[in-house]
Amino acid sequence: MRIPCPFCGSRDSQEFSFLGQAGLKRPDPTAPDAQKQFHDYVHIRDNKAGVTKELWLHANGCRSWIIVERNTLTHEVTGSEFASPMTKEAAQ
Amino acid sequence: MHYSVFSIISQAFKGQKDWKPVWRYPEPKAEYDMLIIGGGGHGLATAYYLAKNHGYTNIAVIEKNYLGSGSVGRNTTIVRSNYQEPGNIPFYEHSLKLWEGLEQDLNYNAMMSQRGVLNLYHSDGQRDDYARRGNAMMMHGVRADLLNREQVREVVPFLDFDNARFPIHGGLMQWRGGTARHDAVAWGFARGADSRGVDILQNTEAKQIRVENGKVVGVETSRGFIKAKKVGIVAAGNTTRIAETAGLRLPIESYVLQAFVSEAIKPLIPCVVTFGAGHFYISQSDKGGLVFGASLDYYTSYAARGNLPGVEDTIEEAMAIMPSISRVKLLRHWGGIMDMSMDGSPIIDKTGIDGLYIDCGWCYGGFKATPASGYCMAHLMATDESHPVATALKLNRFETGHVIDEAGTGAQPNLH
Ligand SMILES: Cc1cc2nc3c(=O)[nH]c(=O)nc-3n(C[C@H](O)[C@H](O)[C@H](O)COP(=O)(O)OP(=O)(O)OC[C@H]3O[C@@H](n4cnc5c(N)ncnc54)[C@H](O)[C@@H]3O)c2cc1C
Ligand SMILES: [Zn+2]
Repeated sequence: MRIPCPFCGSRDSQEFSFLGQAGLKRPDPTAPDAQKQFHDYVHIRDNKAGVTKELWLHANGCRSWIIVERNTLTHEVTGSEFASPMTKEAAQ
Repeated sequence: MHYSVFSIISQAFKGQKDWKPVWRYPEPKAEYDMLIIGGGGHGLATAYYLAKNHGYTNIAVIEKNYLGSGSVGRNTTIVRSNYQEPGNIPFYEHSLKLWEGLEQDLNYNAMMSQRGVLNLYHSDGQRDDYARRGNAMMMHGVRADLLNREQVREVVPFLDFDNARFPIHGGLMQWRGGTARHDAVAWGFARGADSRGVDILQNTEAKQIRVENGKVVGVETSRGFIKAKKVGIVAAGNTTRIAETAGLRLPIESYVLQAFVSEAIKPLIPCVVTFGAGHFYISQSDKGGLVFGASLDYYTSYAARGNLPGVEDTIEEAMAIMPSISRVKLLRHWGGIMDMSMDGSPIIDKTGIDGLYIDCGWCYGGFKATPASGYCMAHLMATDESHPVATALKLNRFETGHVIDEAGTGAQPNLH
């Protein structure tokens, strides 16, 4: 499997480490149902069969966090972008 | 047909022509008392114990593929109960005890071989850790033997004891652990369930669990709707996909784990050996092939095949303890989908939907759990209460903080 890093280009997946589902938002600790929200945030995942967005770290490369679009049924990788808008801006 | 030495001898005189099919291929009925989704080891064991222990016979197992096509036929067949968390030890020990009488109970040769499971340690700190694990086991009445280097050498003299980076200092041995023939376990449970009247519906996919007013009413399948009072989800790596049709969101991620078998060689490895400085386990099958595996591929996956970095990592670990096998040829390798839970321990529980039960989160360890998982899931579905050895395996333990994290790695499923 090869991962397209927006900074380094197409690289072997061994250079990256995988964190998991992208787009999880840290809940507001003062919300009335904060406990339930934190439970979901820490433990509950979509675990989608199909195209997903997930966080990968280019650990043995530019060390950017990137969001990779990948199909969990086929391992096909269809895109990537920097996870942080600041990195995106700095890379331009 | 009862299998015995006499049936084998009499078949020999009949040219082996008189063996009967071991299970039926029934048409689905319109309604069952209970439906089990998933015809892997756990689903078949659940059906078997529902019939045997609780007298339920109007039940069916629905399997989208053929029997044993999932992880039950893909694993490295290691059976043991050397856990250290209080929520896990009684459960896995119950399972090992069931394994010890399984073949007599099923009247089926599962080739259960208690050849021992040896976990190697490579440093003083790791020895202390293993001693602690052994003590935890003994406090639950499970025997463990802490072997020093020379005692390990007596069992497995061919290891690389003086490896520069990971010298072998000793190991924790569970002599009662070992291996079993994985396909035979599925077939034995299927035969036992079928002969008690359970319908095993192969090539029948559960598409949608139907829930009305908070109560399960049946399952929409590829062969039509089947009504049922109770439904058990026992779908291992595919749990999320079917559970989400009932609106359940689970603390599970699916990953692919690879396994390997080499060409057959003369008897070399007498027990199961695991490498403590990494994550590698190896044994030798009765046919002579070396059966081994390592960690999962680190990304979520529903494809039952892995990638080359996983292969490289496994082979490197093999070389770190057993350079003597470097020229043995690899015969095959394959992958299976694993339901990795957030704390690395399983779940056998109700779901909050009336009549819907779940059995999942088996991670790397579901084969050894097969009998106890079926036993406890059957108990839960029949009585609506957790079996005494499975009271810790609750779905809501992530909310209450009672997680069972053997590895201590936190809510990161690919690290368990
Ligand atoms: C490579 C590998 C090595 C392993 N090594 C070991 C080991 O050494 N020791 C150990 O203890 N454990 C091991 N495991 C783990 C163990 O194999 C699994 O945890 C266990 O087999 C899972 O339970 P099961 O047998 O019921 O799963 P499966 O055999 O996967 O059964 C689930 C079944 O559900 C069916 N299904 C899924 N969705 C649907 C649907 N919608 N409708 C109908 N049917 C459906 C699937 O087709 C499948 O047959 C290993 C796993 C792998 C992949
Ligand atoms: Zn990069």
